[in-house]
Amino acid sequence: MSNIPKELKYASTHEWVRNEGDGIYTVGITEHAQDLLGDMVFVELPDVGDNVAAGDDVAVAESVKAASDIYAPIAGEIVEINEDLEDAPETVNSDPYGDGWLFKIKADDASEVDGLLDAEGYQAVIDEE
Amino acid sequence: MANRTPLYEAHVKAGAKMVDFHGWDMPLHYGSQMEEHHAVRKDSGIFDVSHMTIVDVAGVEAKDFLRYMLANDVAKLTVHGKAQYSSMLNESGGVIDDLIVYYFTDESYRLVVNSATRERDLGWINSVAASFKVTITEQSQLAMVALQGPNAADKLKLVMGDDFAEVSGMKPFMSVQVGDLFIATTGYTGEKGYEIVVPADAVEKLWDDLLNVGVQPSGLGARDTLRLEAGMNLYGQDMDETTTPLESNMGWSVAFEPADRQFIGRAALEQQKANGHAKLVGLVMQEKGVLRHGQKVIVEGGEGMITSGTFSPTLGFSVAMARVPNTVGDTAEVEMRKKLVTVSVVKPSFVRNGKSVL
Repeated sequence: MSNIPKELKYASTHEWVRNEGDGIYTVGITEHAQDLLGDMVFVELPDVGDNVAAGDDVAVAESVKAASDIYAPIAGEIVEINEDLEDAPETVNSDPYGDGWLFKIKADDASEVDGLLDAEGYQAVIDEE
Repeated sequence: MANRTPLYEAHVKAGAKMVDFHGWDMPLHYGSQMEEHHAVRKDSGIFDVSHMTIVDVAGVEAKDFLRYMLANDVAKLTVHGKAQYSSMLNESGGVIDDLIVYYFTDESYRLVVNSATRERDLGWINSVAASFKVTITEQSQLAMVALQGPNAADKLKLVMGDDFAEVSGMKPFMSVQVGDLFIATTGYTGEKGYEIVVPADAVEKLWDDLLNVGVQPSGLGARDTLRLEAGMNLYGQDMDETTTPLESNMGWSVAFEPADRQFIGRAALEQQKANGHAKLVGLVMQEKGVLRHGQKVIVEGGEGMITSGTFSPTLGFSVAMARVPNTVGDTAEVEMRKKLVTVSVVKPSFVRNGKSVL
């Protein structure tokens, strides 16, 4: 059974979103997603300052098994990226909801987050796979 | 339901993530395929390869039969227990399967062939055997494990005790029967080690004993990165019935001499040799990213394709095998995620005995 924290929001493409206040949201991939991908070998992140639309492919998680696009769950500006992943991509496997976060985004419209899935909704997505 | 090896319960107990592998429930990894890979390069790991097919060939014409059916020449085998890498070809020279043949006497041999191709292999072997005085016996009651890594010998010694004397100092590509165990110095990782054939009802004890002396259980994921680093082909991916050994970096395992030995596929290979053919090369990419199966490769002579690609845990960057036209320079272009990336072209062998051979 995969861990799906209740306090986060989710996209059906397996990203999670955490509200950090001030319109800033942290984005990562779920435990289920990292488990599907297997050991991570590279994570390619967007540039700080990039403006992205919801659904844009903004990052790539490359594992021993496959390269997988990561999509922006909401529109906004990339304000920070997790540079530690450059040397330690495996953190995405070991701590997907913590130190394995990918980037932070300043939302153009914070209400867009309300349209994302809650934990229960995301669980339903996994169950259907 | 999928086939299960006698070690299925042991895999589940060890926390394996099980996946379907050509109709078999097999372990992909037991937590981290990277850790398993490194264990085999630096210490020791064990793989369940019981899904592989063991076929014994016996009879007064066993030698003649194998000299006709296989691309390598079993007449080169004269020492009891000696092993040889070989392949079975169709009339067009396409690879039906690659295999290892073990020599006992001119009237007794053992073949170990792939699991994915089991039925086709057995059908082919039996149809060719019909013209010879031989008996073909599939040994489905036998299980098989591969114990691989620089410390494999020490670990096996701990488990075998005094019986290990029979195995100690064995050269590569040899085999010996010790009680219930058929032990061969072969493998699919580029490390020293053993492939051990054992009765199905005794394999779990051997597995447990080896785990208890610190051998890392290792799955198909690590097996694939290890064999690719070692430059060993995977049947169905790097070669199949539509490609010949000459196009698959297996030319060394085809014995054209003596010239009067007829074997299936010989005429097609000789013609291909005269006309020229594609070849399998190694690719190395030091930049970020991972070369993957199916990506398009452009070389001087035209377009080719990556047959196997992976991130190399030992080297820290990506390596691949690619089938390309014969004219190739020192570099090639690979189409990755809509971009062309320049990579180095090398011989398809990247790591041996824990060290880079680039």
